[in-house]
Amino acid sequence: MDSSANDSKTLIDVKDISFSYGPVKVLQDVTFPIQRGDFLAIIGPNGSGKTTLIKIILGLLKPSKGRIRILGKPAEEFEDWRKIGYVPQQATHIDPFFPASAREVVAMEFHASRKIPSLTKREEELCIEKALKQVGMDHFKNWRIGSLSGGQQQRIFIARAIVNEPHILFLDEPTTGVDSETQEHFYDMLDNLNKKEGITIVLITHDTGIVNKHVSQVACLNQQLVYHGTHEEFCRSGAFKEMLAGHHLISHRH
Amino acid sequence: MEAFLSYGFLQRALLAGIFVAIACALLGVFLILRRDAMIGHGLAHVTFAGVALGLFLEIIPLAVALVVAVIAALGIMKLKEKAGVYGDTAIAIFSSVGLALGILLATLAQSFNVDLFSYLFGDILAIESSEVWLSIGLAAIVVFMVILNYHKFMYMTFDFEAAKASGIKVGRLDLLLTLLTAVTIVLGMKVVGILLVSALVVIPAAAGLQLASNFKQAIILSSLIAFVSVLFGLILAFYLDFPASGTIVILSFLLFGLFFIFKRGKRIF
Ligand SMILES: Nc1ncnc2c1ncn2[C@@H]1O[C@H](COP(=O)(O)OP(=O)(O)O)[C@@H](O)[C@H]1O
Ligand SMILES: [Mg+2]
Repeated sequence: MDSSANDSKTLIDVKDISFSYGPVKVLQDVTFPIQRGDFLAIIGPNGSGKTTLIKIILGLLKPSKGRIRILGKPAEEFEDWRKIGYVPQQATHIDPFFPASAREVVAMEFHASRKIPSLTKREEELCIEKALKQVGMDHFKNWRIGSLSGGQQQRIFIARAIVNEPHILFLDEPTTGVDSETQEHFYDMLDNLNKKEGITIVLITHDTGIVNKHVSQVACLNQQLVYHGTHEEFCRSGAFKEMLAGHHLISHRH
Repeated sequence: MEAFLSYGFLQRALLAGIFVAIACALLGVFLILRRDAMIGHGLAHVTFAGVALGLFLEIIPLAVALVVAVIAALGIMKLKEKAGVYGDTAIAIFSSVGLALGILLATLAQSFNVDLFSYLFGDILAIESSEVWLSIGLAAIVVFMVILNYHKFMYMTFDFEAAKASGIKVGRLDLLLTLLTAVTIVLGMKVVGILLVSALVVIPAAAGLQLASNFKQAIILSSLIAFVSVLFGLILAFYLDFPASGTIVILSFLLFGLFFIFKRGKRIF
């Protein structure tokens, strides 16, 4: 199937992407489409290049080979980044003492693609309020981000990612360090964003149990794309079992 | 106070001092949170070379210092990015080379005199009216640019990668912040001198950060502390016949201490 054609169902087209950190090969010839309405899980062992792949799609890293099209445009020409939401991997890089309220964290993203701050005051309030409500955190808007629990922070980062009503939402292992009950709510919330708001979701996760319940598509990555397709086929194909058993995983660490 | 304000030179000093100190404090908040607090210290030392060069060439020292500080700020940025030198190392290299060049130039110009000393220790009360307007104008531009890019600077400081992914032109804004810092350091030098300008950048912002629970508070408190320090610093200096630069800096430090104790106190009770 050629997905490079400019059909509007394909939101993002990843073609022959390779990437290395110096001599260390991280990704090799990865090709797959992300389609409107997908709830795609990217799974794979630690160090298999999942984070790297997302960063390449988001333009944070330059691939050594291959090309990406976003909403019909080559990635280099794409400018409308507010259509893409991003929740980075475990926010441990965040300064726990940073003096920003939950509300301000969401406001940062709201203003990222806007020019004059004061012209949009009302719209700002409405959008931020809505995003915080969607993740159930509107009562915490004045809390300092570092004083919230890991799971609550993660919700704020999702509110930040959806405040501009993106078409696609990327989440990099959003439930690491979140207890299993909270995780359940968390995935219900993502389901809601996917089904009700129509946001296409791309989720990196280790949590294959949860994946069973919620996702529609699976991409299994281990330097190369080992599998990409619907979730049902994935379970039938046996790739899932092999994945869990840890077979044919290429190890880069010696 | 009326007597105080009846002196034209005091009015000028006050006006320029307050504007410049607020610009310093605003940038200070971002620089501290970026773990880049020492950049002010480093650039100030490089500015010494600029002033000495100005005195040597008999061109307005402030203008030469401005050019030299901007070049040095860009140099530090490039050294970090391209050569993989750690930030504090890059600053240490530039500041010591700047100081060394300054010493050589000052000796060549035979200007180790009152002039150079006024730059080292600050002499806001002797500020000329042309310099006042230049200082206020530039400081106002700095404040305006910070307010205009407030959310973007905050985003980059908080979460650089997410800021980049959201489409913010982080490279361009990083450059802007660097340039604003260089300009502000040179202005601060006029107020408290090369040796103390870093205090103007760091102390009011650090004090504001003690109590702030959100970013807006941090920005407002820091500016307020800068304002109070300059206002009462100059009044005290005038009536007690103290040097203005030292008084302003000590006063801001006392406010920092007060905030610190208040914060610990809140924790205890
Ligand atoms: N900044 C970096 N410099 C060098 N190697 C890196 C860097 N970041 C990641 N890597 C390496 O790239 C590989 C893939 O990393 P990553 O994409 O984070 O994997 P995953 O998200 O699947 O766990 C790993 O082997 C990792 O060690
Ligand atoms: Mg990862």
